[in-house]
Amino acid sequence: MTTEKTRARHETLDLEEADLKSIYRAMLVARRVDERSWILNRQGKAAFVISCQGQEAAQIGAAYNLRPGHDYLYPYYRDSGMTLLLGQTPRGQFLSLMGKKEDPNSAGRQMPGHFSSRELNIVTSSAPVGVQYPQAAGTALAFKMRGEDGVVMACGGEASTSGGDWHEAMNFSGIHDLPVIFLVENNVYAISVPSKFQVAGSIAKRAEGYGFPGHEVDGNDVLAVYEAAKEAVERARRGDGPTLIEAKTYRMTAHSSDDDDRRYREREEIEAWRLKDPIIRFEKYLFENGLLDEDEKEAMDAEIKAFVAEASDYAENAPFADPEEALDRVYAEV
Amino acid sequence: MAEKNLLQAIHDGLAEEMRSDESVMILGEDVGRAGGVFRVTQGLQEEFGPERVLDTPLAESLIVGSAIGLSVNGMRPVAEIQFADFIPPAFDQIVNEAAKFYYRSNGAWTVPITIRAPYGVVPGGALYHSQSIEAWFCNTPGLKVVAPTFPADAKAMLKSAIRDPNPVLFLEHKRTYRLIKEDVPEDGHEVPLNKARVHREGGDITVVSYGLMLYTALEVAGKLSEELGIETEVVEPRTLYPMDRETILNSVKKTGKLLVISEANITGSVSGEIAAIVSQEAFEWLDAPVIRLGAPDVPAAAFAKPMMDFFVPSAEKIEAAMLELARY
Repeated sequence: MTTEKTRARHETLDLEEADLKSIYRAMLVARRVDERSWILNRQGKAAFVISCQGQEAAQIGAAYNLRPGHDYLYPYYRDSGMTLLLGQTPRGQFLSLMGKKEDPNSAGRQMPGHFSSRELNIVTSSAPVGVQYPQAAGTALAFKMRGEDGVVMACGGEASTSGGDWHEAMNFSGIHDLPVIFLVENNVYAISVPSKFQVAGSIAKRAEGYGFPGHEVDGNDVLAVYEAAKEAVERARRGDGPTLIEAKTYRMTAHSSDDDDRRYREREEIEAWRLKDPIIRFEKYLFENGLLDEDEKEAMDAEIKAFVAEASDYAENAPFADPEEALDRVYAEV
Repeated sequence: MAEKNLLQAIHDGLAEEMRSDESVMILGEDVGRAGGVFRVTQGLQEEFGPERVLDTPLAESLIVGSAIGLSVNGMRPVAEIQFADFIPPAFDQIVNEAAKFYYRSNGAWTVPITIRAPYGVVPGGALYHSQSIEAWFCNTPGLKVVAPTFPADAKAMLKSAIRDPNPVLFLEHKRTYRLIKEDVPEDGHEVPLNKARVHREGGDITVVSYGLMLYTALEVAGKLSEELGIETEVVEPRTLYPMDRETILNSVKKTGKLLVISEANITGSVSGEIAAIVSQEAFEWLDAPVIRLGAPDVPAAAFAKPMMDFFVPSAEKIEAAMLELARY
């Protein structure tokens, strides 16, 4: 009992030092790629940026439980932290950001943030909010029908729970005990509309009505998200059915590079959340547990910044697709 | 070869595909134990079990959305929308999702799903069990829209649809389900999803039609041939999008006259697109204006039979239009 109490949180979660460093590194990579994207936007080199800043803990804590290329991920447009963790690259992100031919998501067809990888089972995503949930339920049903242990993670912001698709998928998943994890990254804002005008009651508690567990977790605490997702993924793999996780977090940037958030939220509010930055928070945990020191952190950050810059330069110099390629791949060959 | 009606032919097509490929499955409302409101899936749940013939909640977006998700994970789902009139909640999943997966992922993700939907005017059907919804979907690149009319074609095209790597909207005119029987080959008969069918050759006028109107057009064409010696070439597109333009253009270049008939509201209809193709690409062969016959631009067919009959182009109206063209 006493040993249990003195054990560090990560130890009770069976996370090794290497895991913690991978998680931290993934959070930092996501942040640095994101920051670089805004610079490219201000330089006029990237037409549009949509950001993951502030949500790295929710994304990486959850996705660290997935087996890339085996489990399926239905990300939403902020989930670059997840897709980078699962195997997409900063180079790929920048190629997508600048709409280049080598963009792995869509070869320059889609806006940035519309992820896709057939190899990694990251299902191509679109802009209408919430459409991914019924699809995720179907993918989970296929696993169940074949008796396989694959799981599906479907993600969205809090506003994605307002439309029918989310509820239809929750209901269907509950009826058939599907191996799906609904991860709601509640970042308080749907463009300008705050969650108090978006969400009645509690998102997490809605799961109970659909007959499966729902958990509200501190979305800026990577270990808390990891723990909730681990339990959910294990439950799904066992064939016990779906779980809803509502990760309470905060969108640290404007909705996108086309948005000016000064119109609808106070600077003080953002500053207060900056103090709860999930990366700084996890850093503190690693420092306190002697798992990371300032030198190591600086070295890791410098290394990340260097390859992020390299990836960005590569993308900048990469060619566009020929205009006529807009005509290709409308239909798959019979 | 056995004589089958449209309903039996579609049933057989489903059963044969499910027997030969275990990734083929059916999902929709009342498709399981009840065998569908039209009995198209009768007996299939008994044969293939409750998962492969799955009764879904009453939620069309879910039906198509989950079919998409199944299809990207190894399955070949056939989703049934109970009446085409109820398809709008699934519109986003069909038009923005299924139809765009392949293009938006630069060819990485295919969506091999078939969406069956009974359409068309039927006595008592009224506003919400009667609509011809094909035009909503016939400007959606990435989607195939097929509407076979005869049993043998329907069976073969359903099989082609299920095997197709692209999403296919498969429209069945519900009033033709039991209208005629014809010999339907047991197996091996193949009809691709890009070929129109010439039902009747003729050098005087061309009629393009599908669904119930095609039956009427064929009857009138037979009558005009017998009584007046007017020879009508009757072409059925079979696939409405993307359409086999060639067969239609070749026919019009032969006859110089075109009548297009469907049950859909006339403005913005597939008939309008056919007329546009012909005016643009066969203008120099035309001897008369292209005529379209369809439903008037009112919301849908009424419940009361006299109003319903008035809504659908009648044999008399079709005959009058054909005679008008023949006079040029």
